[in-house]
Amino acid sequence: MTTASKAAPARLHDVVGAEHVSSDPAELSAYAVDGKLPASAVRPGSNEQVVEIVKYAAAEKLALIPSGARTKLNIGSPPLRYDIALDMTRLDRILAYDPGDLTLSVEAGVPLRKVAEALAEHRQFLPLAVPYFDRATVGGTIASGVDTPLRQFYGTARDYVLGMEFVVGEGVQSKSGGNVVKNVTGYDLHKLMIGALGTLGVITRVNFKTFPMLVSSRGFVATFENLDRAIDMRNRVAQSPLTPMTFDLLSPGAAYLFGGPAAERLMKSSMPLNVVSPSRWTLTIGYFGKEAVLARYEAELRHMAAESAAENVTVLGDRILAAAFAYKREFIPIALESSPATTIVKISVLPSRMKESLAVAAKAANTNQIPWAAMARSLGVIFFALLPVERSQASHRQVVATTNQILAAGANLGANTTIPWCPSEWKSALKIWGPERSDLAQMQKVKKVFDPLGIFSPGRFIGGI
Amino acid sequence: MDSRLLLDLKKLLGSDAVLHEPEDLILYEYDGSVEIARPNCVVFPRTKEHILGIVEIANRHKTPIVGRGAGTGLSGGALARRGGILAIFSKMNRILEVDIENQRAIVQPGVVNADLSSAVAHTGLHFAPDPSSQKACTIGGNVSENSGGPHTLAYGVTTNHVLELEMVLPTGELIRIGSSALDSPGYDLPGLFVGSEGTLGLLTEITVKLTRLPESVKTLLAIFDTLDDTTETVVDITARGITPAACEMLDGYTLRAVEAYVHAGFPIDSAAVLLIDVDGVREGVESQAEEVAEICRAHRAREVRVAKDSRERDLLWKGRKNAFGAVGRLSTTYYVQDGVIPRTKLPATLRRITEISEKYGFPIGNIFHAGDGNLHPLILFDARDENQLKRVIAAADEIIQFCIEMGGAITGEHGVGMEKDRLMPLLFSESDLDLMRGVRDAFNPAALLNPEKIFPNAKGCGEIHIRPLPVAGASVA
Repeated sequence: MTTASKAAPARLHDVVGAEHVSSDPAELSAYAVDGKLPASAVRPGSNEQVVEIVKYAAAEKLALIPSGARTKLNIGSPPLRYDIALDMTRLDRILAYDPGDLTLSVEAGVPLRKVAEALAEHRQFLPLAVPYFDRATVGGTIASGVDTPLRQFYGTARDYVLGMEFVVGEGVQSKSGGNVVKNVTGYDLHKLMIGALGTLGVITRVNFKTFPMLVSSRGFVATFENLDRAIDMRNRVAQSPLTPMTFDLLSPGAAYLFGGPAAERLMKSSMPLNVVSPSRWTLTIGYFGKEAVLARYEAELRHMAAESAAENVTVLGDRILAAAFAYKREFIPIALESSPATTIVKISVLPSRMKESLAVAAKAANTNQIPWAAMARSLGVIFFALLPVERSQASHRQVVATTNQILAAGANLGANTTIPWCPSEWKSALKIWGPERSDLAQMQKVKKVFDPLGIFSPGRFIGGI
Repeated sequence: MDSRLLLDLKKLLGSDAVLHEPEDLILYEYDGSVEIARPNCVVFPRTKEHILGIVEIANRHKTPIVGRGAGTGLSGGALARRGGILAIFSKMNRILEVDIENQRAIVQPGVVNADLSSAVAHTGLHFAPDPSSQKACTIGGNVSENSGGPHTLAYGVTTNHVLELEMVLPTGELIRIGSSALDSPGYDLPGLFVGSEGTLGLLTEITVKLTRLPESVKTLLAIFDTLDDTTETVVDITARGITPAACEMLDGYTLRAVEAYVHAGFPIDSAAVLLIDVDGVREGVESQAEEVAEICRAHRAREVRVAKDSRERDLLWKGRKNAFGAVGRLSTTYYVQDGVIPRTKLPATLRRITEISEKYGFPIGNIFHAGDGNLHPLILFDARDENQLKRVIAAADEIIQFCIEMGGAITGEHGVGMEKDRLMPLLFSESDLDLMRGVRDAFNPAALLNPEKIFPNAKGCGEIHIRPLPVAGASVA
């Protein structure tokens, strides 16, 4: 620890008040990132305080890691330095909401749950149905760049974030975009902040486009004897005029996860278990609309399921669909809790290569005798969870071998393969950002503009950024 | 003009691909905006090697370089403000790859927007961004400007449809950013480059998403007797959570011009109309069209017509897409802004525009993307009158000022370019702009590529050049 970072608390007290600074190791352990503790944690109560904290950190060259509810801080490389945890959870206000315009502006530390409640009063919502939904904040969700099953219809955050404010550099308050649904005024810098893991600065405010709540929705669940048949149905739906709201494929192992003790601990309601089978591939499709539309979907999906030789078909009504949806949303937390060394490989491929990618990953895991479960979005995004039964040197070797095989195959399939989640101590042996990228030099240029001193989450991003 | 520069360019491209005589250059001194700036030479590259070569030559001669597609831009983005080389992409117009199964296409930047959609129409797919200039404008231009269009209300603007870009940086490197598969790891560089108005790189290849055409489309024409009823209808449709595929408003002034020109059947005695598309699966479209019609009637629509067939629909849309050209027949010059406002502020804003029209004594036609609050007030004036020129800019500025007071933005789709750079401080602080400039300088350090665009420059402050209108028939987003 540097002298400056030891002296940090006194200076931080001046900025935010002593009650909003922690330097007690017991309290700080909650802010650990890959096992690394900061020297202090500070909880600003205003934008001005955020600016002051960053100015101070810049002057002393102290490394900051911004955080919200800290549910996704384990994504990314271990930080090179970590002096101050910048806890944004006190900045939790909804600053503007115009239901008639379907636009919303919130502080970064606001919980998604709180936003959802405010929007629900006007029968609207944000399609940020991300893992850890009940605790996650807006800022953390945006900075972590995690996706949601709803991306099938609504896209990802980059499609509905309208603008942002952030504090960058040596404590400069800045912004881009706006709070209108269409806007090309200036560079879209806020898009860079999405998924940047806090390496470009700290997000203080986010503006969103909101969406009307669905009148009525249904879930269609079909099980298949093998992957080929499930993919066959996936292709039929993708080429049809239907535009589902969610569209995911679950591997046989996913049923074990959803029926396991971790799911029981984490989830409020139980999965309608009869609809997923531990020995079958399952296609789950959510859709919405008026009665006539729902009827059309059901008829067409049943027809396609039959053509693809589905075994069981279940249609879920509104209420049970919500419970089933929550399981899909929380697939990652459930997987992380289901093994002492869960390692989740994210494989993004062209949809036509999904089958082969899944087959290759399954073969690698099976060869190395690691239990696994997968959730694959129809758009071509696979979350492949390796679930070793123990955390040991042996399982470490198996996981490294498996992920290397998946990576090598992915390179041939044009995949983006990363490992967003794994045990911290395994990160150095795993290629968590995948193969080297040719655009890294451009990313380094961006980093240098936003954070010339390298004080924001140093080392956590791709290529050591 | 430095003859060595010309010699180098001719050697690289062949002499027929380099223009430098004043009578040739005059064609390239303007675009769809009111700005004027003449390049020193115009070149027509055919390959990415040509682009690399041009950038190398520009660097060697320290000459500015500006990329240009069809020149339909509305903010001077593709004008050579500091002279230099204007590189026209019209010969880089090949569709390189179409992947139907994965709904992707790889195109050269000079491919015309509508040509891509036509090329894949038989597969039931299309490229969703549809600027009104889509029969002329290029996808490279769309990417640079992050173009919108009527149907971007439901389908999103260009940035929502771009996956991967290959380009030459002004420093001479050929780079690829993003990926054809989703979720390219690292910073969202395509998100930064799309809409950067040609200030960061010269595109050589673009990978876009193709979108399935809806099974069914219904086009409604709702006719109103007052502007307030029309705008209140848009507010209500939005507030009820209905997202039509498009929701366009044409006021009476524009309608009459359009009708005289296109004969689409627009009612010439009305205060305004809404042109609304709803689309999706058949069963949903029926009920949504009825719902929209109900809302229109609840706001005293005099009549709600539903286009009987695709011929009627196409005619109505032709009227909309040719509206700027039609208005051009009424006046020697118009000046158009494209400020954006929250949809709830539409009624107040249209009233304010009427007041501004009266205050300055200029007719203002309104034809715009009402569904997403993207205004297009067309201020008609005579550019030959110096005094009018000053006053029209004051009137336009007053409209933009009001948009910003309403919580809006300066430009929804036309871009900042060299037209609105002076307005940027209305929305962004000096530190906001400095960060953006920092990004520009990181990629474009010598300001060789498209200089003096987007960001206000103390020197050029306040100057604006207006040119006479293009011939009627030009179309605008």
